[in-house]
Amino acid sequence: MSAAANTAPDAEYLVELRFPARANRMVMVRDIVRSAARFCGFDEPATRDIVLAVGEACQNVILHAYEGRGDGPILLDIMESADRMILRVTDFGPAVAPTVVQPRDLRDLRPGGLGTYFIQNVMDTTDFGRSPSGVGNVLQMSKRKDSSP
Amino acid sequence: MSEATREVDGNLVVTLAGEIDLDRAPEVRRLLLDSVKRRLDVLVDLSKVTYIDSSGIASLVEALQWAKRRGTDLCLIAVSPEALRVFELARLDKVFAIHVDLDAALAASR
Repeated sequence: MSAAANTAPDAEYLVELRFPARANRMVMVRDIVRSAARFCGFDEPATRDIVLAVGEACQNVILHAYEGRGDGPILLDIMESADRMILRVTDFGPAVAPTVVQPRDLRDLRPGGLGTYFIQNVMDTTDFGRSPSGVGNVLQMSKRKDSSP
Repeated sequence: MSEATREVDGNLVVTLAGEIDLDRAPEVRRLLLDSVKRRLDVLVDLSKVTYIDSSGIASLVEALQWAKRRGTDLCLIAVSPEALRVFELARLDKVFAIHVDLDAALAASR
């Protein structure tokens, strides 16, 4: 756990999950995230926001990193520190240009393009980049336990 | 997950339920666009939606745009707190007409 350890030295693992990048797995993944958020003490509105952020992050992986092929894995690491919950979504696809997952202007009313906007608005920190191993992309995000939706 | 469509006072009421995500968005999109094609005003009941993400929102935005191009309307009724949060985040609560329940939507359409 490199990046998380750097940002929260006291972080402890809650869940380490590996699943195929297929849309029909997301109900199960969201259930796990929901339970972990409640375990960390988040109230229901904050828990829903965290679940939404992970759902959108995985959706970006399914659509952009693996382009809907469903043949690649997603790693989801969930950690807890004294003051926050940390979630890291890792894929092993080609580099996704940050512009692909940039939030769009909300005044531009059209279907799609809202996922990254949601993530950035419901989480306290987000950090997207290439995996330190050089293969794949990593999105790490966190939410403070004292933050309200 | 369940969906239902019924006609009420010349409007089409589409009830969506459960979790609307990337997996279910295609069927929801198809249902909404098929409803809009009937050239009636469409009232989408979201009271039983427990999760909706950007893919589900995209289906609703597309259906709204189709409805407007056809000269009909598409509005939301009884939006669950879970769904309302996402509409507010996207500032779409100002784009869609949202009514507290079916009666309020029918009254507004008269």
